[in-house]
Amino acid sequence: MSGAPLVTGWASLGLHGLGWADVAALWLHFMMLSMLAVGGALTTAPDMQRWLVVDQGWIDSAQFTSSVAIAQAAPGPNLLFVALVGWNVAGAAGVLATMSGIMIPSSLLALAAGRYGQRNADSLAVRAFTAGLTPLTLGLLAATAWVLTAPTRDRWGAAVLLLATVLASVRFKVGPMWLIAAGALVGALGLV
Amino acid sequence: MAEIGRGPAGLPAAPEAPLRSPASCAELFRVFTRLALQGFGGVLPVAHHELVERERWLDNRQFVELLAAGQVLPGPNIINVGVMLGDRHFGWRGALAATAGLLLLPMVIVLAMAVAYQQWQHLPEVAGALRGVGVVAAGLVLATAIKLMGTLRSNPLGRPTALALAAATLLLVGLLRWPMVGVVLGLGGLGMALASWRIRRSGATR
Repeated sequence: MSGAPLVTGWASLGLHGLGWADVAALWLHFMMLSMLAVGGALTTAPDMQRWLVVDQGWIDSAQFTSSVAIAQAAPGPNLLFVALVGWNVAGAAGVLATMSGIMIPSSLLALAAGRYGQRNADSLAVRAFTAGLTPLTLGLLAATAWVLTAPTRDRWGAAVLLLATVLASVRFKVGPMWLIAAGALVGALGLV
Repeated sequence: MAEIGRGPAGLPAAPEAPLRSPASCAELFRVFTRLALQGFGGVLPVAHHELVERERWLDNRQFVELLAAGQVLPGPNIINVGVMLGDRHFGWRGALAATAGLLLLPMVIVLAMAVAYQQWQHLPEVAGALRGVGVVAAGLVLATAIKLMGTLRSNPLGRPTALALAAATLLLVGLLRWPMVGVVLGLGGLGMALASWRIRRSGATR
């Protein structure tokens, strides 16, 4: 799988050899991830990568990380990496399965919770929910960063770029657009 | 709908610039599309600029409250914000319009970029550029985690407990690769139980 192309042109419209039962399993797994995505879609990346790359072997870790990288380089919500992952796994049917899976359960919950929360913002339940889950959000973000470095962990140039990105963003508040452009440039020059 | 210019708790909006509300689902769709197309590497900073400063659909406080709810609820943050904001004005149709605005055009662009990448990925510069972007993506996510660590100071759990929960999550999900469902239900349940105990206790001593 390691040399497999990210997408295979018009062949991507097909299922990449997966059966409809696999597509259904993909949909169900992403529906579950949707309800677990406390702190955003990227927090599900570690589990998504484990399930798709390690357990199912449908894509490799380089394909997974490049899906996230392309979505970061493109305009729009980071969530769209989910569409690219679906595209890589099972073409157009994969996009439909992963995107509707990640969107529907959490959006229905947001709809209900938005109406409830507007009336009960100070209730114990709402406050305990927020306070109890915030630390997990932070842990999941750190885990996401760790998983994304999987293809480049043996390159010291990548480690330097990672630390420089964190420093530039946290300490000097450099906007993500500039950092992504810088990363593309540094990478194109063959430094990572 | 006289209450639209007011906060969820009925507080008046910022007096200096009057708030307005979206005129139609089409306007919701248009504004959220414009917002999404400006968001490179994340749309939340753009969301603040568009919704608060440009459109005046929300004041700062309403934005922060909406964002906090969007972040704590499961699912993509900005989608949750769009769903809740759209629903406030036009019910489920508004929620759908905002979501479609956020996703439709950007999805076409991102798929086109993936196809372009496939055409040119054999060039070492292209493969290298994407590798560089991948590393920056990891760095940006880590930076977000670090920036949000400040919010733990006011967490009712207390900072040591909150940090321990975060570290345990990183260890189990990131390094040991345990399935997320067990970790979120287990550690999340523990966190919520501890938080509700601490909130109730601090309320009792006051």
